[in-house]
Amino acid sequence: MDFLAPSTWAEALAAKAERPDALPVAGGTDVMVEMNFDHRRPGALLDLTRVTPLGEWAFDDGRVRLGAGVTYARIIAELGSTLPGLAMAARTVGSPQIRNRGTVGGNLGAASPAGDSHPALLAADAVVEIESAARGVRHVPVADFYTGVKRNALEQDELIAAVLIAPPAGPQQFCKIGTRNAMVIAVSAFGFALHPDRRTVGTGIGSAAPTPRRATDAAAFLAGELEAAGLWESRAALPEGLAAEFGRKVRDAAAPIDDVRGTAAYRLHTLSVMARRAATWAWDEHRRAA
Amino acid sequence: MRIELTVNGEHHEADDVWEGESLLYALRERLGLPGSKNACEQGECGSCTVYMDGVPVCSCLVAAGQAQGRDVTTVEGLAGDDGLDPVQQAFVDCGAVQCGFCTPGFLVSTHDLLARNPSPSDPEIREALAGNLCRCTGYEKILDAVRAAASAGAQA
Repeated sequence: MDFLAPSTWAEALAAKAERPDALPVAGGTDVMVEMNFDHRRPGALLDLTRVTPLGEWAFDDGRVRLGAGVTYARIIAELGSTLPGLAMAARTVGSPQIRNRGTVGGNLGAASPAGDSHPALLAADAVVEIESAARGVRHVPVADFYTGVKRNALEQDELIAAVLIAPPAGPQQFCKIGTRNAMVIAVSAFGFALHPDRRTVGTGIGSAAPTPRRATDAAAFLAGELEAAGLWESRAALPEGLAAEFGRKVRDAAAPIDDVRGTAAYRLHTLSVMARRAATWAWDEHRRAA
Repeated sequence: MRIELTVNGEHHEADDVWEGESLLYALRERLGLPGSKNACEQGECGSCTVYMDGVPVCSCLVAAGQAQGRDVTTVEGLAGDDGLDPVQQAFVDCGAVQCGFCTPGFLVSTHDLLARNPSPSDPEIREALAGNLCRCTGYEKILDAVRAAASAGAQA
């Protein structure tokens, strides 16, 4: 095995092009577990922690361009009010030690259906910025990025440069079910975003399908009902029946399995409850902001 | 491969480091610093917690090569010339150590907590120590020790 430690982004892209078998590693919170347990033996580790720009974020054309190597701890400390949904998800990641190392880029690279950032990225319509030495930059909507269980849209010579996320015009929520508050992989998770500027809602389901996914029909249903009842204008309370029906439609969008962390039936039930609550909390916050 | 890094203020070099090995393994097996403990090897237990560039991390999840040129402080580096760190003394005084295996990680995490927040509330202590598991004490005496260390710091 080789250990590649580029110090610039150009060197990192060149290294990935030359060594398609190199496994990128940033915080190591997934990769090093696989190494320690002999589950994976890549031809090389490609250490990205010396590529300074990956650890930076900035406003770029109205969006936050979040470098792939920004840690969860920094998202919580620096972007809590700018990207509230992602920051809520970040607070549920692992432990302080894990949040000090883990990154959104790593979450995307691993593409586990249980990754905590995915529901928040889906609900916020995030875009993944991907780059290769040969073909330059391309942008992939996060909903198209997940292609299978722990599989993503990256080609062998590509690296994740950043994630582009628009600061929201409305409230966002993130819910996660686990056996305790800390150090827990999601049994199920749900991200929600209210987009009053576009009169739409965003959704993201975690740990309840082969990939993170949206609840597209549920989102269209809720936005349509809010429109039909004039609630965007009146900002009246979200009817309980509407929130519950939204929850059921989110549940219907999932395709979970039974595994060691929970049953499919439990995951479906929790999703309907989380979606109902998240929509109600977000709508109540929207009303208070009037 | 060879790595060079600073550990507890001293320059260290290690040769024949395997490219896939963890900082924890390098510290324990190559640099003769067995204070950081190897338990879960997956970031769950916190027994291997060290500072890297001033930030607490699970050393089992840092590739040794990623520590090249970095500044690492292990539990061995907490005590000074004038004796135990106040956090260590509080753990002794409160009986917060039973089998002792988790203790190095708790010491580093507590040291970091009190450096950032000298008088934490109980929920803040629990949150800061959420990544450290103890299977002996039931945590009550550990919480006592953190409160005692905070009080000692307030009086110092």
